[in-house]
Amino acid sequence: MKQMLGQIFRSGRFRLGFGIFAAIVLTVLIYPLVINDPPLEIVSRGTFLAPGIYVSVYDSVTASTRYTLIIDEAAARRIGSRLTADDRAAMQEWLVGTEIVEEGELNLDDTAALLELWHSSFDPAVRIPGMTNADRNYYIRLTASLDGLLATEGAIVAAPNATTGELEEQGVIEQTDYVNLSEVPNFRVLPLGTDNFGRDVLTELVSATGVSLIIGLVAGIVATTIGLILGLVSGYVGGVVDDIIVFITNLFTVIPSFVLLILISFSIGQEQRGAFTVAVVIGLTSWVWTARAVRAQVISLRNRDHVSLSKLSGHSIAYILAMDILPYIASYVVMALILQISSGILAEAGLSILGLGPRTTEVPTLGLMMNWALIYQAHIFGKWWAYFPVILVIALISFSLNLMNTGLDRVFNPTLRE
Amino acid sequence: MNSDSIILSGKGVTKVFGFGSRKTVAVDHVDFSFRQGEVISIVGESGSGKTTLAKLLLGLESLTEGTIYFEGQQRDIRSHRQKREYWKNIQAIFQDPFSAYNMFRRIDAVLLDCIQMRGGGRLPYEQKVAMMREACSFVNLKFDELTNKYPFELSGGQQQRLMIARVFLLKPKILLADEPTSMIDACSRATILDMLMALRAEIGMTPIFITHDIGLAYYVSDTVYIMEHGRFVESGSADEVILRPKEPYTRRLLNDVPKLHEEWDLSTV
Ligand SMILES: Nc1ncnc2c1ncn2[C@@H]1O[C@H](COP(=O)(O)OP(=O)(O)O)[C@@H](O)[C@H]1O
Ligand SMILES: [Mg+2]
Repeated sequence: MKQMLGQIFRSGRFRLGFGIFAAIVLTVLIYPLVINDPPLEIVSRGTFLAPGIYVSVYDSVTASTRYTLIIDEAAARRIGSRLTADDRAAMQEWLVGTEIVEEGELNLDDTAALLELWHSSFDPAVRIPGMTNADRNYYIRLTASLDGLLATEGAIVAAPNATTGELEEQGVIEQTDYVNLSEVPNFRVLPLGTDNFGRDVLTELVSATGVSLIIGLVAGIVATTIGLILGLVSGYVGGVVDDIIVFITNLFTVIPSFVLLILISFSIGQEQRGAFTVAVVIGLTSWVWTARAVRAQVISLRNRDHVSLSKLSGHSIAYILAMDILPYIASYVVMALILQISSGILAEAGLSILGLGPRTTEVPTLGLMMNWALIYQAHIFGKWWAYFPVILVIALISFSLNLMNTGLDRVFNPTLRE
Repeated sequence: MNSDSIILSGKGVTKVFGFGSRKTVAVDHVDFSFRQGEVISIVGESGSGKTTLAKLLLGLESLTEGTIYFEGQQRDIRSHRQKREYWKNIQAIFQDPFSAYNMFRRIDAVLLDCIQMRGGGRLPYEQKVAMMREACSFVNLKFDELTNKYPFELSGGQQQRLMIARVFLLKPKILLADEPTSMIDACSRATILDMLMALRAEIGMTPIFITHDIGLAYYVSDTVYIMEHGRFVESGSADEVILRPKEPYTRRLLNDVPKLHEEWDLSTV
């Protein structure tokens, strides 16, 4: 046993696959210990907030201590963030289009000159060729946002007086004022932003990965158990029993299992479909190949001398199946289980994308996250953080399990060794 | 012991594998009656159906046609319990010792199965160990060195001796030895045969040797059956069949034994 494990871990493929898989499982286990927010909690109003650190503006303004930092590029960066290179190019386009300036006459980096020219000449009523209403609205919005861009004085903070209701000055925030993030009580790191419901994508993704792994495991165990038992009995007992099982197996082979899965899931109905139910249904529709393969292996084993010897020693059929057949196909069954787990996770994703996955109110799954991203068109609006990490996790799980499998295959099947 | 009583006999025993164009008649309407206490040999070239016949006799394969009688009664082994009873009376040694053991079970487990089969499952453990030790020493194996070992850790000859130790514990009335020495080295061969003959004397069983080696058959047996393409073409006492063969097939088998041909001295084989 120890020797075999050593041999398995000597396989580079297995090690790589195992490493990736272990990392995923460890993340799923450890993440909730560090950050134990409920995965389906809505943390933002508005959808698809981009990845980043969100700092409470109110807490920053009212922070007890303010520090003064002298940073050379601070002003340039501040202006740059409000007037981007794209904005400048758009301004140039309008100015050139209305023939106020010649192309190349304008220095886009000279913000002060550009702004002065813009304020003196921009007229929303004037259209340049090819300009749409959307473009015009953009220019109006841009113009409004440029107010005070070059201001160097601070911003005044005012609050209404509790008795008179009049605004009273509370203080001035200079442009060189900073707060220490660790002194701001409220900020939230959203490494993968939020999804269409305003949930934290990373927290949701970790939880969904865990649920999907369990779905895969349950589906894999159900499928492998059914396939193993039917294959063992059919292959060993033979006769009428074999005929019946082979007939059922062929029936399931002819109907594509995914179609069957869709039909069953549909007929169960949205409200009855918990994650566990879906996992069991996936398992119930995917045992066929395991059953066939196990049957073939048992048929080649049942006439071996060691099985004959076991019969001659008076052992029962159950004993022979468990002790003389099963150990010889155990490695094969483990490999089949690994593949079933992987395909179970993919099947859940496929079902959920079609809207036939687990009901959406309890736990997230990788498939449900894909489904939500798809329905809310994250891919069209370029909100990559809502679907790309999910695809990546599905791919990594499937990749690592398949790597482990080929690694095992090489150890168990000496003919495949290089 | 009444040496004339028939212990195992068969009428029209037939085994057909497959059907249609892939049909193989492995054993074709053979009749036989094996007398208790005699040493019987079934000789034939490879593929003539000897192993299949052995499996039919053992009840490991079902008959396509024909009847087998055990101790004068028609054999009935439909239920598992009946099979178990039958296998208390008839045991086997297989050709390839390396494939004959479950590689996940230890040597003592193999021997304990035999004690259990003889109804000794409830005996105190020390007594079981004593029995296993006795069986092993009968075949020149040291039981105390074998516990915790697996059969595949032994040499081919040792594994075949362990197989004999099994039979020693089981004390069956019939032993089918299917080419017991063909897969092991020449030095161990004589030892194995001697042990089988000693075991016969010890427990009074009827051995049936299955072999392609007509010289070996002459060396050990009283009665010889010659098998060709699933049929018995010739049978009789060893002297009769081997020294005065009637069939050309038997003569050809004799020619295949080089020593016999060169020296024509059967006693040295
Ligand atoms: N399980 C089986 N299925 C199909 N054919 C078999 C089977 N076992 C043996 N045979 C065929 O029966 C014939 C006799 O085989 P066997 O009894 O092993 O011969 P021997 O032991 O004399 O070499 C061979 O042609 C073999 O191919
Ligand atoms: Mg054979």
